[in-house]
Amino acid sequence: MVKKKIKLFGFFVLIVIVVLFSISPFLWQIITSLKSNEEIFSLPISYFPHKINFRSYIEIFTERPFGRYILNSLFVASCATLLCVFVSSLAAYAIARIKIKGGSKFLIVVLVVAFFPQIIYLIPLYELFGVLGLFNNPIALILPYATINLPFGIWVLTSFFKQIPKEIEDAAKVDGFSRGKVLFRIILPLSAPALATTAILVFILCWNEFLFALTFMVKDLARTVPVGIAMLSGASMYEIPWDKISAATVITTLPLVIITILFQRRIVEGLTAGAVKG
Amino acid sequence: MRITDGSASLTTSERFGRLLLVPAILLVGSIAFYPILRNAILSFYKVDILSGIPPTFIGFKNFSTLLQDSRFLKSLGNTAYFTIVSVVIEFLLGLGFALLLNRTFRARNLVRATVLIPWALPTAVMAIGWRWIYNDVYGVLNDILLKLGIISTKIAWLGNPHTAMMCAIFADVWKSTPFVALILLAGLQSIPRELYEASELDGATEWNKFRLITFPLLLPSIALALLFRTLQAIGIFDLIWVLTGGGPAGTTETVSIYVYNYAYRYLRLGYASSAVTLTFLIILVIGALWLRRK
Repeated sequence: MVKKKIKLFGFFVLIVIVVLFSISPFLWQIITSLKSNEEIFSLPISYFPHKINFRSYIEIFTERPFGRYILNSLFVASCATLLCVFVSSLAAYAIARIKIKGGSKFLIVVLVVAFFPQIIYLIPLYELFGVLGLFNNPIALILPYATINLPFGIWVLTSFFKQIPKEIEDAAKVDGFSRGKVLFRIILPLSAPALATTAILVFILCWNEFLFALTFMVKDLARTVPVGIAMLSGASMYEIPWDKISAATVITTLPLVIITILFQRRIVEGLTAGAVKG
Repeated sequence: MRITDGSASLTTSERFGRLLLVPAILLVGSIAFYPILRNAILSFYKVDILSGIPPTFIGFKNFSTLLQDSRFLKSLGNTAYFTIVSVVIEFLLGLGFALLLNRTFRARNLVRATVLIPWALPTAVMAIGWRWIYNDVYGVLNDILLKLGIISTKIAWLGNPHTAMMCAIFADVWKSTPFVALILLAGLQSIPRELYEASELDGATEWNKFRLITFPLLLPSIALALLFRTLQAIGIFDLIWVLTGGGPAGTTETVSIYVYNYAYRYLRLGYASSAVTLTFLIILVIGALWLRRK
């Protein structure tokens, strides 16, 4: 009995450690963001703000174009997600349901793309977008983001479409539905949960992307949030506006924290779709 | 009659299927495969974008220079070190997390969501957060370690060549362990309960159950998690770019950072491309050797 209690207590302690490990860096950002600049740069370090202070939250919008970064990120990530989910659902349907010749080979070729580090695309895309005059244009991020996430989308949706009973499609065909109508009126609406799962994951990945955004968006006003925050840094180590940076970090990451908690089941489902079914 | 009703409808559906693949092929072709090919071609050129002179073909010269470039070789070594150490720690820790979360307890879903948070946050943004934590004067890490008596003076974690890489690895472990844990957790949950029940009847110990049932059946998930993490770690850019920029003294410069520096700081696009190509070939060779050994 006592032994069981000790075991249970040990388990509880481990869970607490895991949770603290996961959230403490983020919590520290929240605490820092609520301090005044003087308190941030004073010793000894205070673990709770003496006085809750929202000034830095206002300043990033008034003194820096942080609102613009958010709009840019929202626009780019939404467009890329829509494009990615749409294109992958078409391809996944062709592979899973029509079973076209060479479909699975195509899937493997596409999946290989997911294995390459992003840096391999960087220089040629830089050259290409330079020639096309697409620097600072959202298209220069939307197209690459949709493409690098395409393997993931096709993979998840293919495994989902395979589970839809064939009878549903057959019945629709008997009713005189064309191939296109079957796809758009029946399969896609039926797949709404899988499409949502894919969309949430792709959106998070697009929102977080850094390398392409850093390279293709040269003008300050064209920047997305991650690059915008990274560039808030001053010229030297001592000019870094930590109060503003932490406030910006909290604003950018809080929606993600909420999305993660709300949709954790879907995210886990999407992330592990390949791991279990594959 | 050559075409029957059935095969005629097959060809229309085959045609429709191909049509559905067109957008994906266009995207992957132009934004992924073209760049891979173009990158390989650029490796053989000297590209000077500032002068406006068109690229000149120089054969294997970029590659021979690379092999003598100690900075490049060091970046390869740094990448290998970062990848091996971080993936091993993430695997061990992720397995622990997964075993813990596989038990049923109240608030399990909430704990699982919390564990997922580091994965969902933008790496570049949290890297700034880590810089603040590692800060030598005002950083919370020094403060905690001083209070615990683990260190006696404040350490400039990111400014010290001996500790900078360790800091990058720790931040990566923080971010990527959840991913590994979730993949392994999904694997654990697909193991049939009956196997454990049967072994309990045979009087198997916890360790034997892990060794004989859990681990072998988890192997496919482990392989997948390790493969994904290794490939991601090899390409690491944003975390290190923001955390240390590759310093101090190049101790954290990975291949992606090296390539970025040569392409956009020194504007040697052809040379940078050849570094990408060479790294890529090295990875392919190691991958092929590893597969053959298996």
